[in-house]
Amino acid sequence: PPCSPVLSVCPGDTSVLAGLYGPAEAKISKELPDRAALEVLLRPKVGLPGVLERSREQLLRQTCEAVVLGVLHPRTAISLVLQVLSDAGSLLSCCLNAACMALLDAGLPLTALFCGVTCALQPDGTILLDPTARQEQEARAILTFAIASSEKKVLMATTKGSCSVEEMQQCLAAAQRATDTIFQFYRDSVRRRYSKC
Amino acid sequence: QVWQIRLDIHLLNHDGNITDAASIAGIVALCHFRRPDVSVQGEEVTVYSPEERDPVPLSIHHMPICVSFAFFHQGTYLLVDPTEREERVMDGLLVIAMNKHHEICTIQSSGVVMLLQDQILRCSKITAVKVAEITELIQKALENDQKARKEGGKFGFAESIPNQRITAFKMESAAVDTNDVEQQAEEIIAKADPPSEVFANPVLHTPGTAQIGEGVESSWGDLEESEKEEAAEEEGESEAAALECEKVETEDTSTMRETKSEPIVLSDSEEEEVVILEPQELPRKTR
Repeated sequence: PPCSPVLSVCPGDTSVLAGLYGPAEAKISKELPDRAALEVLLRPKVGLPGVLERSREQLLRQTCEAVVLGVLHPRTAISLVLQVLSDAGSLLSCCLNAACMALLDAGLPLTALFCGVTCALQPDGTILLDPTARQEQEARAILTFAIASSEKKVLMATTKGSCSVEEMQQCLAAAQRATDTIFQFYRDSVRRRYSKC
Repeated sequence: QVWQIRLDIHLLNHDGNITDAASIAGIVALCHFRRPDVSVQGEEVTVYSPEERDPVPLSIHHMPICVSFAFFHQGTYLLVDPTEREERVMDGLLVIAMNKHHEICTIQSSGVVMLLQDQILRCSKITAVKVAEITELIQKALENDQKARKEGGKFGFAESIPNQRITAFKMESAAVDTNDVEQQAEEIIAKADPPSEVFANPVLHTPGTAQIGEGVESSWGDLEESEKEEAAEEEGESEAAALECEKVETEDTSTMRETKSEPIVLSDSEEEEVVILEPQELPRKTR
């Protein structure tokens, strides 16, 4: 079946390959009468998918459902398959970026684009954006945000570790600053892709 | 005690002949892999972490590489390394795995074609040529990677992706201006609504059962006016009996009181089941 594959590489050699299939015919058990049914599969680099992958799949699915205009394709299935090729930190935000680019490349109708940013809160309080694996291990808390392109609103936030409310707001503000660069990247890569049509 | 090695092969794109591609990927991964160093002294085994001692490669004796042949028209036509479309319409498939010393490691034939001896010999000669080329490519790639790692250059999957294509775009990591982030965050917190009141004091009934907050008052036993009067009359008569049904199976319990201090342990009895009923509000019909 036709698929639009997208390879997303994030700073530090974390890479995720995303393949999007759809909107295609859905199984009767899975179809929804008024909108498209979105399914996300996350395959780890080593081993079989476990509980961590399942929880990440749900996070990704809910983020994508917030932006995809599913009502334009009722009773169809959209499948997003993500394969982790290498993991050097900030994996979830790399998956989010790959997912958004796959949706973009496939031409699905979206209300907004989104991108993922990871913040690591170090023991002394400094904020690190897009931490490496080593920095993630040493950090006090790791926060991942999915931020939409329209008005920089938060689509998804997940944290690991403990932080105060002020620190979380600071990380969020820093992450919103970082999204400018990422959305510019989306624009430039799409422009390049279609520059010779 | 032995090491267990697990090789996961992920198929990213299927355009034919995944056997050959998987065999090359597998053997290169095994050659490239480094395992932790181990020292054994009599019965004592010490496993060193990658930081303590450099990890060592596996002992690979030789590198078998698969080459596939597709046959058409009962063996008249032969195609080496078939694509997906060719695979779909082929009559038969012959897979030969060989190493660079011209030793055949595997030979598999499938499909509806019957092969002659000279055909198989010809295929194995073609395999020898192909395997020599591929093994040389592999050695060069492994050497390049080792050199890059030693000299501190960039290596890894991300570097191997060709980025001169129109469908690929690369951007160097950019700095993000986070100067007045703290100020912005403080403004947001100041403007935000205060969080709703939190019941932070759980009441512990028994190990495993706790209560947070009050909950809505129970409407079980709400009576009509007339029935209430009757119940009041009866209760006067049967006060003693009413007290009986208060608690079941517990020695001593104390009634629940609302406090704002530490979680209260109501009962430290050994009984499993604790049933707490409101005393003297239970309607009893003694008729």
